[in-house]
Amino acid sequence: MSVDRETVAKIASLARIQMDDAALDRMVPEFNGILAWVEQLGEVDTSGVEPMTAVIPNHQRLRDDVVDADPLTGGGIRDKVLANAPAAEHGFFGVPKVIE
Amino acid sequence: MTDLTDLGVKAIRDGVAAGTFSAREVAEAFNANVAAAQDALNAFIVATPEKALEAAEAVDAARAKGETLGKMAGVPIGMKDLFATQGVQTTAASHILEGFIPQYESTVSANLWKAGAGMLGKLNLDQFAMGSSNETSYFGNVISPWRKQGSNAGLAPGGSSGGSSAAVAARLCPAATGTDTGGSIRQPAAFTGITGIKPTYGRCSRWGIVAFASSLDQAGPMARDVTDCAIMLEAMAGFDPKDSTSLNLTVPEWTDGLDADMSGHRVGIPKEYRMEGTDPDILESWDNGIAWLRDAGAEIVEVSLPHTKYALPAYYIVAPAEASSNLARYDGVRYGLRDLPEGANLQEMYAATRAAGFGDEVKRRIMIGTYVLSAGFYDAYYNQAQRVRTLISQDFKAAFEHCDVILAPTTPTASFPLGDKSDDPLAMYLNDVFAVPASLAGLPAMSVPAGLNKDGLPLGLQLIGKAFDEQGVLNAGLAIEQRAGFTARPEKWW
Repeated sequence: MSVDRETVAKIASLARIQMDDAALDRMVPEFNGILAWVEQLGEVDTSGVEPMTAVIPNHQRLRDDVVDADPLTGGGIRDKVLANAPAAEHGFFGVPKVIE
Repeated sequence: MTDLTDLGVKAIRDGVAAGTFSAREVAEAFNANVAAAQDALNAFIVATPEKALEAAEAVDAARAKGETLGKMAGVPIGMKDLFATQGVQTTAASHILEGFIPQYESTVSANLWKAGAGMLGKLNLDQFAMGSSNETSYFGNVISPWRKQGSNAGLAPGGSSGGSSAAVAARLCPAATGTDTGGSIRQPAAFTGITGIKPTYGRCSRWGIVAFASSLDQAGPMARDVTDCAIMLEAMAGFDPKDSTSLNLTVPEWTDGLDADMSGHRVGIPKEYRMEGTDPDILESWDNGIAWLRDAGAEIVEVSLPHTKYALPAYYIVAPAEASSNLARYDGVRYGLRDLPEGANLQEMYAATRAAGFGDEVKRRIMIGTYVLSAGFYDAYYNQAQRVRTLISQDFKAAFEHCDVILAPTTPTASFPLGDKSDDPLAMYLNDVFAVPASLAGLPAMSVPAGLNKDGLPLGLQLIGKAFDEQGVLNAGLAIEQRAGFTARPEKWW
């Protein structure tokens, strides 16, 4: 199945990647080339086969229900969290105005 | 006195422990090599000579006090720039993370520092580890130290761990970290005549590694030989409650368990890996590997992995799907680049930031991933790929009923000139045709040097083991290493 330019533009929008006409012109044939190639998976009979969910059997662990069980993943580190923010203001992440 | 930069991990560690030379002397020697090669090879994004010296001095001081030294004490290493290093820029070779200074240390790098290793710098790679030639880095191509006989053309060091492979091969570091999502340790190791192992999925914590495809990403060592890889993997691996897929298992003493006697072991040769179009030099090196393992006492058996040809297309659905989700975090809000055009709203800021910050290959994969996960296509693409992945994993389980370890080529060709495949994504993807199946099944797999092709370029052989059986992989690798007698190194031109 091949996708048209409009579909690729929609995908770019869903992926939040701005694309001008020249970028879309480049992307459409590449996108279709890759899709045509992965479509060979349709040949494989997978009836009765479960999709892979974990490559190595493992179980989900629960940690103790306490605050800051692991200091590395706990709280109270606002300045560190904000240290790399492009626009930290008043202890928050700054973004363009969302609500008029 | 020997050149300290000719020594590997074990020789350096043992020499430092014995007082033959100091850790500081070692760090100084490698720092000098790193600086001298940077313009020509571009293996590092950032060099950290002061970090290497600081760690070395700590080891020398600990030794002077008679303290017990760690497994990697006095060994300076290169760190792939995908591992978060506290206070040192971590970019994943992308513009979107340029200038990002982590406030924390990844578990794997922290384990290495605790074992006494020091950091020479952050190694270049394909952007977000997406590539097989190190040509997608925002910080420029890495140039392989190897050249074809009679040619000065720049060759690909492999990818995505191309800075790691080039640096180890060029003696800029005795070992380096790599990460492997679909061959990113093994393929560059094969291209540069070094050794690299991807352990069982979950052996090394993913905490603090910039995520690409979380169900596939695994860290591992890249070094000059099997023993050095075993030592370094012991230092890197271990249970980490901060990674929900980390294996809660004791790290085996792989180095003590090394044994090249293959008597009583069966080595499987997967018939589907004899693909049309594979370079005759690769097939010849595979036959050599079979002969070497037979000579080591192994019984050789043919095995079948019937879904091999579907591994690569399944990978190019699963990995981009996970990447599209993982890379959604780069939005210009919390860290990294922000591109805010005049008057733009929040959504426009996201789209502008991501357009400016991601390279073409990263965009391609995010878009493919977004598409295969989108409503109406999820079952036909993503679920079908995950079902095929189950079949690939079952193929390996069935094969391992007949053998203990699998021998295959690492790559379909030797290294190629930079620029040769960069315009054709599918041709580039095919490089990982032999590496991807083990990744999809989460199995330990290693590449060891097997010889040179007729152009004088290195070729690698791959060993794939059962889940949790790194020892079987390392032992078969050692048997090959001892018989291949690979001593070739790139002639210094940089």
